[in-house]
Formats: sequence, structure tokens, C-alpha cells
Amino acid sequence: MNLIVERENELLEFERRIAELKDHSRDQPVDLSHEIAALEAKYAQLLHEIFDRLSPWQRVHMSRHPKRPLGADYVAALDVFDELHGDRQFRDDPSIIGGFAKLGGRRIVTIAQEKGRDTKEKVRRNFGMPAPEGYRKVKRLIDLAAHLGLSIVTFVDTPGADPGIGSEERAQAEAIASCLYALAQAPVPIVSTIIGEGGSGGALALALADHVVMLEHSTYSVASPEGCAAILWGDASKAEEAAERLRLTSDDLRGFGIVDEVIAEPLGGAQRDPAATIRRVLDAAGRALDRLAAIPPRELRESRYAKYRRIGGWQDASRSMTESLS
Amino acid sequence: MPIPDWLRVRRSKNDSDVAHWEKCPKCGEVLYRKELAENLFVCPRCTYHFRMHAFDRVHMLVDGDFVELGTEIKPSDPLHWIDKRSYPEKLAGDRAKSSLSEGIVTGFGAIGGIEVALGVMDFSFRGGTMGTVVGERIALLFEAARDRAVPSVIFTASGGARMEEGMLALMQMAKTTLALERFREAGNYALTVLTDPTTGGVSASFAFQADVIIAEARAAIGFAGRRVIEQTIRQKLPENFQTAEFLLEKGAIDMVVARPELRDTLVRLLDYGVGARA
Repeated sequence: MNLIVERENELLEFERRIAELKDHSRDQPVDLSHEIAALEAKYAQLLHEIFDRLSPWQRVHMSRHPKRPLGADYVAALDVFDELHGDRQFRDDPSIIGGFAKLGGRRIVTIAQEKGRDTKEKVRRNFGMPAPEGYRKVKRLIDLAAHLGLSIVTFVDTPGADPGIGSEERAQAEAIASCLYALAQAPVPIVSTIIGEGGSGGALALALADHVVMLEHSTYSVASPEGCAAILWGDASKAEEAAERLRLTSDDLRGFGIVDEVIAEPLGGAQRDPAATIRRVLDAAGRALDRLAAIPPRELRESRYAKYRRIGGWQDASRSMTESLS
Repeated sequence: MPIPDWLRVRRSKNDSDVAHWEKCPKCGEVLYRKELAENLFVCPRCTYHFRMHAFDRVHMLVDGDFVELGTEIKPSDPLHWIDKRSYPEKLAGDRAKSSLSEGIVTGFGAIGGIEVALGVMDFSFRGGTMGTVVGERIALLFEAARDRAVPSVIFTASGGARMEEGMLALMQMAKTTLALERFREAGNYALTVLTDPTTGGVSASFAFQADVIIAEARAAIGFAGRRVIEQTIRQKLPENFQTAEFLLEKGAIDMVVARPELRDTLVRLLDYGVGARA
């Protein structure tokens, strides 16, 4: 059960009881205004209690909220979208949606990971876990953008790359490595948005970018908390502890210089107002594109190199100082 | 002149009185450590390839001197990580166990008369995981190799990105990719040798971005770990799954080479790239 949905049910219970009391006081000659006011105060208190300071583990659940806007919702909010399919080799991977699009007046190539909303769609989209053919489609679209000189905007939301037998047989590692390489090469502006779960290398394959935008309650992690707990402690049930340690929240990542911009979500999360959330993300992407468009390709690649070159957390004994943790 | 680490550590490890004997995990043969070292850590009875210490690798490959690079880059504790032990305690344990300062040794040396930038990962240090030090040393190696216009040879052995450095570790996939791309773009030649095991963030970045990819015989290579896949699909995997031989059959790598032939093979392959552009 999703922890956030659980808490939302508590809120719903309050909403139901308040409505009940209000109905009651209309029908009966008793004054319940005191009780109603008390419940409403408690409701408001609870709302802030739940959402004002979410723990990392709660943010993980927020990033997986069943009603959180998904990749396809963002793509649908673009002004124009012409979907392009397939990897030209094996099959079209439905966990990746991509193609030409317009964001405002800007012509772009967009690439999104899509988890699927209902059960049938989730299965078809493989829960947003791309197989190698998905990453090869990504690489093809990056190369296309580079060829035509179009900017790239990606939407990242995946538990991770697909870990199946077929994916290993078709060289998942090589497929992801090729996306990274293509992003490193592309002489066009790249803006990535982390809209839900940023699951490890499977997310990074769409997120080596000039400007990385992250929604407040999204997460972006070296491994899923469950995976990290299994790897380090052989016990996936210690995921909450792993989530606390991994520093996977938007605040943490902004601090590390891994994320360039954090977009606030409505109180209670993106699902409370999907349209406004999507608009904020697209506006941020547009602003970043306008800024990046003014930079000559050579300089753009140079600053992309410098940006990732700086990200660290080691000591340089020759300089006896700890390197950048901005 | 003091004896460099790569020579000193190797000598003390292989000549010490402790751990004289090693048992082959495959055939059970008990082997005299010194003879095993002379046989390149390959079991003389069943040809099982033992995992090798990074300095033993360096010694096995380079003609004479090896000039180590990046030793000033040392790990820190950016996440203030602590579980059963703190991250600095784990690192101290790994340093003592492996005689290495981190999970990779990088530097310059000649192989068969051809100068190369050489990187050797070591599984005995945090499972060869890539943290910020490994990423930084690899980036420095590619940058120095680009300046010198010499080919690169990187031996991988890694469980993937290092959990204890979180997202800073994952970003090393981006950093190494950018450094390798810049190195190759200048017309340089990159080789990787995948050794047992090569998985996760290392296989999904520089390991699979080279011009030529060799794998050592029977090495386990893949993206997801074997256990993760078994848990996901809830069934046992065939034994050859994710082996070097399996990847060769699927078309993911250029060749599988047994360790005794590895050095000569590298020399031949390196030669095709030397001065070819001039």
C-alpha cells in the first residue's frame, strides 16, 4: 500500500465525518458547530502534518503515487507531438514515448518514460522499465535531434531499466551506455526533467543534460531503496532505512549540483493539481531551452563536460581539500 | 628511489608466508600460491581464472615501469554514510585487505612496446564499485591519455555504482562517458577488457563504449545482477547466462580471451590503432 495514499485516506475519513456532521446539523436542532470547527482544525493540522515535511521514504511513495502525472501526460501537454516509433532493429518499446514536438514555439525532440496508469496499460508499458530496444529508440531520437539541430527535452520516470532475461540477452548495459554516449556527443541543448522516480542508470540514460529539472517530491537514486537494502544488507524490507541514507530527495540533489532546478508541487503533491504541475515543469523546460539556445554548440558541450566533471565528493591530497560539495 | 606501490604490494603479497596455499573454487585443487601467481592466477588443473589483484594485473601487462596516476585522489564520505559500520570504517577495512587506496589503479606504461593509458579495477575494494574516486581517476586517465594521444586499456571488475556515495556515484557514469567521448573524439583508440564480474553502472557506461571490447574467459558480465533477475522472474537462470561466452554468442562483445593469451592479444589489437591515423 502506498504510504501517501494511506494518509490521504485518513484525510478522506475526516472529510467524510465533517460532511456528515454538517448534514446532521442541518437536519437536527442541535448545535454541532463546535465539533465541526474542531474537526476542521484537526483536518488542516493533519494536512500540514502529512505534507509539510515528508520523510525520504514518504517521498519515495509520493514519487510512486498512483495518481501522479506520468510521462504521457506531459507529452500530451506539449503543443504538438508527432510520435516516432521503434529502434529499427527489434521492436517498438512502449515504455518509451518519443518524437518531434513543439514546446511553445520551439521545435524539439521529446523522449519520455511511461509507466502506464491502469493494470493493462502498466503491463503493456512494462511499468516504465525500458528494455534495450527502448534505450536504442532513445539513442536514435538523440541522434536525430543532433542531426537536425533540435533541442532535446526528456521526462524521466522509471523504477529502473528492465532486469529480464531478454534484456540481458540483447545487451541492456550496451544500450544504456550508448544513450549516455549519444547525450555526451549531441551538440544541441538537452533539458531533462525528473517527474517521478529516477531509478538509477535506467533514468540517467535520459538525464545526462545541460539543465536538469526535478519536481519537489520526485526521487532520483543510485538504486531503488529496496534494491540498495537488498544489495547492502540482503534484506529488501530495510528499504526505509536505505531511503534515509541515499540522499535521493530534490533538496539533497540540488545541494550536490546534480539537479539544477527544483519545481515546487502543490500542497499534498502533484496529483492534487496535475495540470498546474505539468505547466510549471514545461515552463521551466522552456525557460532553460531559451537560455541554452543562445550558447554556441562548442561552448554548450564544453559547459556540459565541466558540469559533470565537477560532480564529486573525493579528497585531493595534493591540494589538501575536499572537492566540490557546493 | 622508493619502490612504487604496484611493485611493493605485489611482492609482499606473493612472497609472504601467510596464505601460502589457495584452493581452486571450481575443481578443489590445492595450489601453491607462488606457482599460481606464476601461472597468472589460472588453475593449472581446470583453467579456472582466479580474480586478480590490480597490481598483479599491472605487473602481468606492462613491459617495465608503470607510472601511477591519480593516487592523490582519495575517498571522502560525502553522504556521511553509516549502517553497521561507517563508510570510512568500511574504506579502511578495504584498504587493509586489498593494499589499495581505492577500487581502481590508473597510470601509464608500455605493453609490448606500445605506450598505453592503463586502468585496472579491483573487485576486492568495495566490490570494485564505482564511486567518485574511481570516476575521477578514470576521467583524469582519459584526459591525460588524450593529451599524450595514446590508446587506453581499461580492465573492468565491478558490482556497479557504489551505494555509500549515492547519486554522486551514479553521476560517475556520466563523467566517465564524457571523458571517454572526448578522448575518442580526438581520434584516440579505446579498449576495454571485461573481467569477472562486470555489471551495473560500469558495464552501462565506459565498459561498453570502447572501440574494442574483450572479455576474459568465463567472466560474469551483465547489467542487472544475477540475483536481481532471479528474484524478478522467480526462476533459476541457466549456468552460462551472463558469461563472457554467452555475450559473445549474443553479439555483445568482440572476443573472449583466456588469460594466458590476453597480453599477446592486446599487443596485436593495440598495434592496429597505433599511428594508423598519421
